[in-house]
Amino acid sequence: MPIQADHELSGVTVFLDPAGLPVLDLPRFARHRETLVALYSAMVRTRTFDAKAISLQRTGRLGTYASSLGQEAVAVGIASAMSDEDVLLPSFREHGAQLWRGVSLEEMFLFWGGDERGNDFAVARQDFPVCIPVASQFPHAAGVALAMVQKGEPGVAVAVGGDGATSKGDFYEALNMVGIWTLPAVFVIANNQWAISVPRVDQTRARALADKAVAAGIPGEQVDGNDVIAVREAIERALVRARSGKGGTLIECLTYRLGDHTTADDASRYRADEEVSSHWSEEPLVRLRAYLVAHHGWAKKDEEALLHGCRDQIEKAAEAYLATPPQPVRSMFEYLYADPTQDQAAQAGELGDA
Amino acid sequence: MATEILMPALSPTMEEGTLAKWLVKEGDTVSSGDIMAEIETDKATMEFEAVDEGIIGKILIAEGSEGVKVNTAIAILIEEGESVDDVTPTAAVAAEPTSAPAPVAATAAPAAPQVDLTPDWPEGTAIKQQSVREALRDAMSEEMRRDENVYLMGEEVAEYQGAYKISQGLLDEFGAKRVIDTPITEHGFAGIAVGSAMAGLRPIVEFMTFNFAMQAIDQIINSAAKTRYMSGGQMGAPMVFRGPNGAAARVGAQHSQDYAAWYMQIPGLKVAMPYSASDAKGLLKTAIRDPNPVIFLENEMLYGHSFDMPEIDDYTVPFGKARIWREGTDVSIVSFGIGMQYALEAADKLAEDGISAEVIDLRTLRPMDTATIIKSVMKTNRCVTVEEGWPQGSVGSYISSVIMQEAFDYLDAPVINCTGKDVPMPYAANLEKLALVTTDEVIAAVKQVTYR
Repeated sequence: MPIQADHELSGVTVFLDPAGLPVLDLPRFARHRETLVALYSAMVRTRTFDAKAISLQRTGRLGTYASSLGQEAVAVGIASAMSDEDVLLPSFREHGAQLWRGVSLEEMFLFWGGDERGNDFAVARQDFPVCIPVASQFPHAAGVALAMVQKGEPGVAVAVGGDGATSKGDFYEALNMVGIWTLPAVFVIANNQWAISVPRVDQTRARALADKAVAAGIPGEQVDGNDVIAVREAIERALVRARSGKGGTLIECLTYRLGDHTTADDASRYRADEEVSSHWSEEPLVRLRAYLVAHHGWAKKDEEALLHGCRDQIEKAAEAYLATPPQPVRSMFEYLYADPTQDQAAQAGELGDA
Repeated sequence: MATEILMPALSPTMEEGTLAKWLVKEGDTVSSGDIMAEIETDKATMEFEAVDEGIIGKILIAEGSEGVKVNTAIAILIEEGESVDDVTPTAAVAAEPTSAPAPVAATAAPAAPQVDLTPDWPEGTAIKQQSVREALRDAMSEEMRRDENVYLMGEEVAEYQGAYKISQGLLDEFGAKRVIDTPITEHGFAGIAVGSAMAGLRPIVEFMTFNFAMQAIDQIINSAAKTRYMSGGQMGAPMVFRGPNGAAARVGAQHSQDYAAWYMQIPGLKVAMPYSASDAKGLLKTAIRDPNPVIFLENEMLYGHSFDMPEIDDYTVPFGKARIWREGTDVSIVSFGIGMQYALEAADKLAEDGISAEVIDLRTLRPMDTATIIKSVMKTNRCVTVEEGWPQGSVGSYISSVIMQEAFDYLDAPVINCTGKDVPMPYAANLEKLALVTTDEVIAAVKQVTYR
């Protein structure tokens, strides 16, 4: 009889349903208004940042940009569970996590505007820059976790990738090593159902992406990625487990990419409008706002003040970004090596900026 | 008829080994398939079986003998009624029996020809003979003692002491935390090493061969070489990727490639390719201390070769400084790595014909000491480059372009690049020899540029 992956899936963890109604007792952190407001505010700020970034890109003032519209709960849920000593290794859609960790709006605009100084974070310096080669952040995270073990440091490495990344060899190789060496690493899959134009069903016959943990011998679980409480709760459990020396966890966050893959993409060419529309009812901001209104007296004036504050912050950061003078020619040769070489100095000289 | 039983080669690259144990004695009758002896090398142990039937007439090499050369007669097999005197043994390289068990370190082979006119050590420095294999091991162990963040990771590096025994003794000294065996997962462990380097460790990644590093090249180039640049200087990867590169012998097209020209092209990487043992040691120590990712290209055929090694504490060799092995006036022969063997042999033979060749070992390809090449070419007015890699986009073609741009008016002949043939490495022994660059080709190239 052939071997089948017929183990029990434990089900998808969810606390707030799409209407904002609790379906489980909320975890301790979610009983405090300030915490929930902070999570909600971070998601609103992320969505506002995305909108501004797209408008800058459409007017030729920003490079190709990847919006996280609809996935804000994944990024914010992850980062809000992490401690300062942990290390975040994001893909290009975790703006909400980077902002929560302390990367500034201006740094984010700088990076997406094509200035690599935007990746030289003033805070969260141990966090990795946005990872562009798909899935290569997973081996890096295993390496960061290895370094933490070697140095006796208490942190956990948290890498985030999309559903598409789970088809790559480096994802499997890293997951396997996390299992073998019991490394303090948490791998998070933001399953937004689309790898550019390839739907989830055409990426793997695995029933769940979390099932891929089975081969590595580590726990895997699915959470509702549009429920920021569920994401944070699952990440917190995985972090506790990693910190106590029990090793890594794979967490699949089920969400949906409401926007295009990037500003260079037009998803309407391969994705039915009806499908997208149906997912708008499940998006993460609505349900938490409904819960705040029903249980914590979140009022219209609170909402307006939040939106106004976010817009104001983001406009100011965008202005500062746009006012940043172009880099001098010599900066093309900077940071290539730890110490500049003679060849670099000569090249800068040829371009008139020795 | 009495025949000699010869020391077998356990692998195409084996040059010598230890005759660990005789399982037969003089007078014993053996038939095909009987196990006669145990042979050990620094890589493996093998039971040595009889091929022919006969009687062990005489054992020529005692058990426990180290450094027995391949094809040395180790015993004489006679037929019924014959005497051992019926055969005249060939000039066997008799090794002294020792009571010591299998050696920890590889035994030194005879010194390669060397005429070092610009030594990296002061006159009068005590010199010992050391193999490239031992030099690499010493470089790693010295740096691991010096900096506890340095660790070694790769396939077979720990328990097995290295697929080519480069990491002998490291597991014993530094433990499994710092000498780490991995599964067969080049992309995985290269990426893990990159991540750990960015998080403050100093990994040495051993690829069993650089052919396998193709699995990991995204991590090497896109992550290790570019992240410092792409993060505005926030995060670099101080690390070494090392292992044998280029052709060994009879390992076929997929395991014989020379990657010197590939990695040399990448800004953000440094690339070293030593020839001698002292350069292997000094450059590897420099590589481990370098805050940038370094590609360290070794050569399996050179591992067993011994060279002069200065007895200097903490011996390092700087990157970007070529070594002039031999001064000359008629032609500059520029090479690196195992290419130096052909370059030096050619220079010896050319001297017999009255041609004086200057032989330059680049030692590092990025940074490359082009100033030394140009200075030499301005003196000799002719240049031949030597490498085992392919011709198109070769290291030599880059050197040629530098000479064209910086010393064109000094040239009395076009630069010739001696390279491997433009084919995957043939598996057949005769064709493999032809596919590699040869000393004769170097000599012919020199004669061409000197119009002899």
